[in-house]
Amino acid sequence: MSPAALEVRNLSVTIGQARIVRDVSWSVAKGETLGIVGESGSGKSISVLSAAGLGPASARIDGTVALTIDGREQDLLSMPGSQLRRIRGRRLGFVFQDPGTSLNPMLTIGRQLTEGPEVHLGMSRTQSRKRALELLELVGIPDPERRLKSYPHELSGGMRQRIMIAVALACDPEVLIADEATTALDVTTQAQILDAIRDLQNRLGTATVWISHDLAVVGGIADEVVVMYGGEVLERAETVELFRSTQHPYTRGLFESRPHLGERVDQLTSIPGAPPDPRATPPGCVFWERCQVRGDKRCRTDHPELVETSPGHWVRSFYTMSGADPHQDTASTVRPLPWKEHR
Amino acid sequence: MSERARNVGGVTEPDLDGRRSDHEVDDHDIVIKEGPRGWRRTVLEVVRRPVAVASLLILVVVVVMAIFGQWLTPYGINEVNISRRLEGPSAQHWFGTDELGRDILTRVIASASVSVRVSVIAVAIALVVGVSLGLFAGFFGGWLDSVIMRSQDVMFAFPEILLALAIVAILGPGVTTATIAIGIVYIQVFARVTRASALSVRTETYVRASKSLGAGPLRQMFSHVLPNISAPIIVQTSLSLAFAVLSEAGLSFLGLGVQPPEPSWGRMLFDSRAFFQDAWWLSVFPGLAVFVTVLACNLLGDVLRDVLDVRGAATTRGGGVR
Repeated sequence: MSPAALEVRNLSVTIGQARIVRDVSWSVAKGETLGIVGESGSGKSISVLSAAGLGPASARIDGTVALTIDGREQDLLSMPGSQLRRIRGRRLGFVFQDPGTSLNPMLTIGRQLTEGPEVHLGMSRTQSRKRALELLELVGIPDPERRLKSYPHELSGGMRQRIMIAVALACDPEVLIADEATTALDVTTQAQILDAIRDLQNRLGTATVWISHDLAVVGGIADEVVVMYGGEVLERAETVELFRSTQHPYTRGLFESRPHLGERVDQLTSIPGAPPDPRATPPGCVFWERCQVRGDKRCRTDHPELVETSPGHWVRSFYTMSGADPHQDTASTVRPLPWKEHR
Repeated sequence: MSERARNVGGVTEPDLDGRRSDHEVDDHDIVIKEGPRGWRRTVLEVVRRPVAVASLLILVVVVVMAIFGQWLTPYGINEVNISRRLEGPSAQHWFGTDELGRDILTRVIASASVSVRVSVIAVAIALVVGVSLGLFAGFFGGWLDSVIMRSQDVMFAFPEILLALAIVAILGPGVTTATIAIGIVYIQVFARVTRASALSVRTETYVRASKSLGAGPLRQMFSHVLPNISAPIIVQTSLSLAFAVLSEAGLSFLGLGVQPPEPSWGRMLFDSRAFFQDAWWLSVFPGLAVFVTVLACNLLGDVLRDVLDVRGAATTRGGGVR
């Protein structure tokens, strides 16, 4: 694997008593896509936002966030705010969930596209206008000349999200961070946006971090997937590997709760229960309360470590699934992980 | 609502994949109806309303009187003609004459200059200072918010005229001090309006998005928050102009604003007290001038509030297509 464009090492986020994110590590290389999956409240968004200094002001953030700029590694967490500001937008581009509210309703598309290049790259009005036209073409917006004068409310959701992507890419950043970027769009528009991003990535070599609750979307775009739950990474593997041999009971649960095309079911499978309260995380496995497996009492009392079960495949569980057939009875296929005794 | 919907939502288009939006079906992939946009749309909306047109006309007349008044008046401002003192309205003196035989019409026209100057400058002071304070308070929150808003609360605790009186008492009477005093009095109004709006806008995604793209606090505040809270500020400006005209008249009436012999509506009212029972024109015409100007400002403010209705506009904008 090529060297990481953005690497997060042992990131923890604490707000008061609540430990929102615990010891999260991942990395994404130039031209690759990392998918971060998890349900609401799993800490997936906040871990990434905090890494860029966009988290809540009251949060305490520990760890290292290494961004490689022109071959030199810089820690985002230890740098002063003014320096971080020059990196956001210039080196890191963000796309948020709701394209309806992420664009400033009072400013024209042109103004919002030119702001970044003017501020970060010191472009003149004419240069940045040219850049804006380029960008609109890049993300596949027809008639860019006229679009520059449009206001966000004059565009459809899909168009607005394309504009957001164009804004995020305006300064040719090293890393693009998409936080539920297609969640608010309908499925066909979603597919177009995904295509557009993949295409741009091939052309520009931007590293992408794709945050989503939708395994299907992430499976379609990511090279590597990190599964988060209760503020922890439960499983991390290359996408093909993860889909082929799911190891963690939670990931398995996520796969099973997806509706399948052509299969009539009266009720969708769900994982019963709710994520743990971040103010009082269980001493054992974070998923214990809702886990279908719960092999023995260690699950409740001991906290499992993230263990590499096969090259590049990391799992945080005492019990892992074997085989990838989703129709087999889960309980019977459980085998204990070779587990080193700890604490 | 239908008017606004037609105007704001005048743009319909199918999504890229060919699905149609609710409003319109067309053969082309993208359909844009070019309509007036941005401030031009606002102006058209305003002009469509008779009340607004009437108010604007009145204000234009006042401003013209203020700027060109000295060339429009039939008599000299301080042209005394004792032989024709306290004459009622006539062909020579439309508004009559005062106790020194000065033409009331002339003096009413000439007073517009002072009123407009004082109120515009005072509101400008209040606008700039108040909006900045409110923006900082609302955007940063925390102790800065507390410090700014509590200090404004102190200002708010005084009745406006009393506060203006106190300031004039410190700085000494005169047009300049009256202007400054009125300006200071209205700072808290703008600070309050701005803060309240900024509080709700600063959490919007687009403000966070601008931060994620590297905007510092000042850029976030002035480029992204301010344009989105301009509507209530514009409305407040219009309303405050009305109150500033009143305050100026009030201060001049009390002898703390414009000093004689320079005419002002408030001063004329003050001077007319002694003759109120015999010569009604002395007080009615300057009073009418104040009344009409203030009314025009207020009505215009109301229209602007309707046209710029932040909530209405936001729903139409945000929910346009999706």
